[in-house]
Amino acid sequence: MSNPRIVRPYGDTTGDGMVQVSFTLPVAHDKRAEGAAAQLASKMGLDPVMVVHAKQMGTTHTFFVVYGSAKHLVNLDEVQVVERDYPLLTGKEVNDAVKENLGRKLVVVGACIGTDAHTVGIDAICNIKGFAGEKGLEYYRELRVVNLGAQVPVPDLVNRAVDEGADAVLVSQVVTQRDAHLHNTREMSAAFREAFGPQDRPLLIVGGPRFDEMMAGELGVDRIFSRGTTPGDVASYLVHALASDVKEPVG
Amino acid sequence: MDGELVARARRLAVRAGQPVVDLARSRTTVSVERATLRLAGLSGADPDGIPWVNRLVDAVRGDVGIGHGVALPVFHALAEDGHSDLLALAQKAASGAVRFEIPEGAAAVKARELASAGVGEGLAAVDARRVERDGMVAEIGDPPQRPWIYLIVATGDIYEDIPQAQAAARAGADVIAVIRSTGQSLLDYVPEGATREGFAGTYATGENFRLMRAALDETSRELGRYIRLTNYASGLCMPEIAALAGLNRLDMMLNDSMYGILFRDINPIRTFVDQRFSRQIHSRAGIIINTGEDNYLTTADAVEAAHTVTVSQLLNEFFAHEAGLPDELLGLGHAFEINPEVPDSFRLELAHALLARELFPDAPLKWMPPTKHMTGDVFRGYLLDGFFNLVGAMTGQGILLVGMMTEAVVTPWLSDRDLALQNVRYVMNACGGLTEDFHPPADGFIATRARTVLGEAIELLERICDDGLLEAIGVGTFGIMKRPADGGRGLDGVEEHQDGYFNPATEIMEGRA
Repeated sequence: MSNPRIVRPYGDTTGDGMVQVSFTLPVAHDKRAEGAAAQLASKMGLDPVMVVHAKQMGTTHTFFVVYGSAKHLVNLDEVQVVERDYPLLTGKEVNDAVKENLGRKLVVVGACIGTDAHTVGIDAICNIKGFAGEKGLEYYRELRVVNLGAQVPVPDLVNRAVDEGADAVLVSQVVTQRDAHLHNTREMSAAFREAFGPQDRPLLIVGGPRFDEMMAGELGVDRIFSRGTTPGDVASYLVHALASDVKEPVG
Repeated sequence: MDGELVARARRLAVRAGQPVVDLARSRTTVSVERATLRLAGLSGADPDGIPWVNRLVDAVRGDVGIGHGVALPVFHALAEDGHSDLLALAQKAASGAVRFEIPEGAAAVKARELASAGVGEGLAAVDARRVERDGMVAEIGDPPQRPWIYLIVATGDIYEDIPQAQAAARAGADVIAVIRSTGQSLLDYVPEGATREGFAGTYATGENFRLMRAALDETSRELGRYIRLTNYASGLCMPEIAALAGLNRLDMMLNDSMYGILFRDINPIRTFVDQRFSRQIHSRAGIIINTGEDNYLTTADAVEAAHTVTVSQLLNEFFAHEAGLPDELLGLGHAFEINPEVPDSFRLELAHALLARELFPDAPLKWMPPTKHMTGDVFRGYLLDGFFNLVGAMTGQGILLVGMMTEAVVTPWLSDRDLALQNVRYVMNACGGLTEDFHPPADGFIATRARTVLGEAIELLERICDDGLLEAIGVGTFGIMKRPADGGRGLDGVEEHQDGYFNPATEIMEGRA
């Protein structure tokens, strides 16, 4: 028999639909609170519902654990996912690929440009401290990371990219007042196009919580990363664009 | 533990650290000088939000540098031109209307006296805060148990942090840490006033300190135990934040000797100079420092690099003692970060934790929960946190940072904190006294492992003594980060002392005035 295409959650019997959820409601614990938890679970599509645990926290909140059978079905053929167009690599795979395919350290120059003093994004990606449990790019032995920090003028960034022999330039933009992030990004990409020939221009990457990942072409950069991007995403992309065994043209 | 071996490790740490102390004693930084002005009572910021201490130090620096210390030129100008106070002088200096000079003869004597009196008032305020804390602890009481339970809050908005901190205390926290906004460590000024916007944390400001301390005083009285408040004296403004902490009765400060160098790429020399001054203030203020050895284990392998934690603890201890901090103010850090897939990982954790306990019997060690091997499987994470708590109970740790099963998933939810505290309470209630019974045999796995790590630490210290600590940091000995002595941020804010360097705060804190 082929694998089922229509699926439900599995507790201990095929088709039982059993799920377990936990949540907090902003109410003190009493019978009404348990009733409210059951009703919420029921609205989430669980039937029947078992409120198996309720514990008041402080004076105004109650934590619940609820079991129940989910009514919903999922047709695997109708599941749509946005596939990453490059493989997510481990730190070791990134280092190995750079070593093997580039034969030297891959140089990344990072900065916040314009008046943006919010280095939170660039630091989360670059600094060894990292983000979301992942170490930053500095942690990768085969990457050489130069993080210029906040409020770097575009001409300085271009000069530094030349001096360091940057393979990639990473720019973070958090401030979006009057579309500052878009103006700054266009200014930056134009400056790089002016300073470098099309063959030796470093890879241009911008990131920030308010960017639309589809706008790369319009802004003149190679890649845009949005909210939730981790250092591993960026490192994997760097390998894909600059140090994969199948060399792709950039820009 | 072989007493002779332990004594040898300490002697080596002194030898390795002394050249760095000498270097720190013969230099000052813009932040040390700004902290001195803060102690002398200068606060506030210009309309652009640049603190007046920055404006005044920059103005002095432009005229005469900071190699003589800013106290002499500043208080000389104050006396000469008849300004009413430092604020008026800073405002005038910011507009370029004051010309600073190094006074000589009688003028120098007068400037010294004025500066010592001004800074002396600030240090007297720090002393008063300390007396106040001692009084409150005597009156209200300490937490009934050790370790103290340490919980983090951080919303970015101090007015949101306050009710969260109070709720955390009511739920069982003994120590509240307010995490700073990401990137504050790289700001070369301390923001002013109450702040309501931050990134993954709340800015450390004097006013935020005052507001939170006042709120926790209320909660301490309500709960019948003194709730301690923690923040971060780290980054480019370490000395100033230490001063603000002392003036606002914070109780603990993260203050590692190498964290900023390794993890924030702050210049090593800047860091060591700033660190010495900030630790002198912490000592004066009775603030427990927390060191950051846990961080090495998040980057390097926790088994292979176990001895680097020991080495760093010994160095932190030496630097702290040198700056006047007694053992009871040394919250030396270590962490439960061994990969749980490693065979005997729990026994190794026990060995490492016990080694720290035995090396530093009088220090309130800070025991840090797993982060690196928290995967998003919250159920497994909850078990791991339970084992972490168990090590804490068995080895008598002083301060226990509560591990969250949702580490690396979300910032802790209300229910995450509640579950995490239940985990701690269960372990402490079930076997809080286990430290009495836990004496691993001298020929067993745990004691052998502890001896091995101590042996490796001694070898590394010997290498550091030969090569120099700055060199060791430069080649990536700690946390595998390579940080050369002439690299990193903030070196341009360091100056060597000129003949006659004068800092009234240092004079008073070192008992020379």
